[in-house]
Amino acid sequence: MATLGPNQGDAVRIGVYICHCGINIAGKVDVADVTQFAASLPGVVVARDYKFMCSDPGQELIQQDIREHGLNRIVVASCSPLMHEATFRRAAAEGGINPFFFQMANIREHVSWVTADKAAATEKSRALVAAAVSRVGGHEALERQRVAVKPDVLVVGGGIAGIHAALTLADSGKTVYLVEREPTIGGHMAKFDKTFPTLDCAACILTPKMSLVRQHPNITLWTYAEVADVSGYVGNFSVTVRRKPRYVIEDRCVGCNACVEACVFKEGKFADEFNYGLAKRKPVYMPFPQATPSVVLIDPATCLHFKTGKCKQACKAACERDAIDFDQRDELVEIEVGAIVVATGFQPFDAERVPEYGYGQYPGVYTSLEVERLVNASGPTGGEITLRDGRVPKAVGIIHCVGSRDHATNKYCSRVCCMYSLKLAHLVKERTGAEIYNFYIDMRTPGKGYEEFYDKLLEEGVHFIRGRAAEVTDWTMTPDEEGKLVIRAEDTLIGAVRRIPVDMVVLSVGLEAQADAGEVRRLFNISCSHEGWFLERHPKLAPVSTFTDGVFLAGACQGPKDIPDTVAQAGAAAAEAMALIDKGYVELEPNTAFIDEERCSGCKTCIAMCPYSAISFIADARVARVNEALCKGCGTCVAACPSAAAQQHLFTDDQIFDEIAGVLSYV
Amino acid sequence: MSDGTFQPRIVAFFCNWCTYTAADLAGISRMSYAANVRVVRLMCSGRLDPQFVVAALRQGADGVLIGGCHPGDCHYQVGNHKALRRFTLLKRLLGQLGIEDERVRLEWIAASEGDKVQRVINEMVAQVRALGPLGLTAIPRPHGEAAAVPPCCAE
Repeated sequence: MATLGPNQGDAVRIGVYICHCGINIAGKVDVADVTQFAASLPGVVVARDYKFMCSDPGQELIQQDIREHGLNRIVVASCSPLMHEATFRRAAAEGGINPFFFQMANIREHVSWVTADKAAATEKSRALVAAAVSRVGGHEALERQRVAVKPDVLVVGGGIAGIHAALTLADSGKTVYLVEREPTIGGHMAKFDKTFPTLDCAACILTPKMSLVRQHPNITLWTYAEVADVSGYVGNFSVTVRRKPRYVIEDRCVGCNACVEACVFKEGKFADEFNYGLAKRKPVYMPFPQATPSVVLIDPATCLHFKTGKCKQACKAACERDAIDFDQRDELVEIEVGAIVVATGFQPFDAERVPEYGYGQYPGVYTSLEVERLVNASGPTGGEITLRDGRVPKAVGIIHCVGSRDHATNKYCSRVCCMYSLKLAHLVKERTGAEIYNFYIDMRTPGKGYEEFYDKLLEEGVHFIRGRAAEVTDWTMTPDEEGKLVIRAEDTLIGAVRRIPVDMVVLSVGLEAQADAGEVRRLFNISCSHEGWFLERHPKLAPVSTFTDGVFLAGACQGPKDIPDTVAQAGAAAAEAMALIDKGYVELEPNTAFIDEERCSGCKTCIAMCPYSAISFIADARVARVNEALCKGCGTCVAACPSAAAQQHLFTDDQIFDEIAGVLSYV
Repeated sequence: MSDGTFQPRIVAFFCNWCTYTAADLAGISRMSYAANVRVVRLMCSGRLDPQFVVAALRQGADGVLIGGCHPGDCHYQVGNHKALRRFTLLKRLLGQLGIEDERVRLEWIAASEGDKVQRVINEMVAQVRALGPLGLTAIPRPHGEAAAVPPCCAE
């Protein structure tokens, strides 16, 4: 059954190591008892317990025992194999045995951390150790297949995360494809006026990076494009990008806006997406003045040519460079990359989902992002903070935690709202002199210079009322509430319900996963939390990796975060991608399927099972054969084979039966 | 575990990408649950040969829990669909053998659903405890002499 390596004798000689993990395991599991039990199992030559098996001395212990006791199989009972399997395989290899003569028993995540009773935890640990010992004897020596890594990188999403990751990679000499689904890069950050806590202008720090992306010789920028398909595996992804038609030839357009001037619509008539509908645009438009690339686009949903076919095409006539092309179609581009950085960002919470705050009902109620545009000098009002009726607000209420920390919407804290609320409070007060009232549950200002910013606001005379606002209403009770919106809230510091009349209500909306995060996740074969945030491989030790090797995360698609954290994470994702590519190759887990041709009856059952078309039928020999380069090691064909001819390395039938017998051999 | 209540033995087969990771997450989140379930890791629920379930029951398991990714989320595209098909057939067979429905359970548990691991395991342990031992084997229990492991189902 098992093939032993060249340096081993015939007899299985197992070393078992029980890790204390400090008190993480030893606090709940009687490690001495488990060690003693392990020593009694058949084939076990040495059994030891040690404080930290993953430490250097722990690994050295294994290697020393391999030398002194001629061990040819190793079992470590410690944490999850997803955590340290690679560590111990390496230790075994350095000790001189094949790294796959190793099995791990997970007695931390699956035992000590989840079991209340000490005796039960010890018994369960024994069972898992017995299973590992039972299976490891049948392990075979395996070789990892080395595959060259494609040198290019795909970055998905052109917000600050994607921009920073792309620039970092491009500066290191990598060829980067940056795909953004909007017509311009910049993401949410491009819409902000100032950034907290330094109050430096968002455009001043972002737009230079945007134009660097455009100019960088190593970056291919595709805006108004989406990833349509991803196949392959770490180091060797094939990606199809769909470039949507903008009806403007990108290479010819110089962004002069002559077409926009010439459009038969003399004034903007349609809601401008960039300004959340606070301004109007024409069917042919530049998303915003600093849009990158500086190329216009035509919206077929509003353009007369597309709607009626009877437009005189003034835009086309006005273009000196003949850049307008009404016949553009979707274009599919195929690229090959070694690594992918997913930086698809967030979407703001839809304030209409909290009807008691009157968004969409009272014109004086705004979302924080709308107010970002109002305070922005290049926004729809040129930076003048005026209400929809043109008045300048004299009192403004800012309601925190809209769509955050709320069991009816999202339980999590969106992390950035306290700080951006403070920023907006400062900016609105500075520009209008209005009285500002913040309604908050808790002020959350952890971060460099953040608490100091809060202190500054307190000194500026901004009012803070601790309590979740109950409602926004135009039902007035006193003459001074006349014509105002009233925010009703319990002030939990004075223990009374207050009514604050204001002219403008700002809803500090939280961050949510993109509406199509589910589809994007499936495209890249990554997981997400139940809120829709993409799941990192490990919350602490692998925060930008995913469970799919070669796919990395950056920015708010992984969870709410502010700009400094986003940029830091984007740099980390770029570095991880670089490490993968600069290594030049990947070693694939040798858990592929194979077929014992002596046993194969040629029934072809397995062929239909394989989602990767990795199995073909060899007509001459009348047997099925697995192409190891295509096999991803799921084992579905193995489970289907009626003659047990199909097997999976590391998960052979015998190994699994041995493991089952082991977990059930209670003592 | 020494208070005399029946402690069912449950073998779980969890896929590497979703359910095994979810069980790790339950651990990281310190979600305490019944200690009766011992997990065998497979790369995919599609690797689950129905013989594994039968072998576990024959060798003393009182129940078998199978965990895979939610439909549409399989790391290998459709392995979980294959698992579901085999599971459906297997359940009919087990039913004919008089093995109660609650003893063999298939659950889709995503990598983020540590709480579901806890809930499903606690639920299943309670259900199987209520059913009592399956008794397909003569392995002595509990904590007696070292049990003789019957030869496994492979030849």
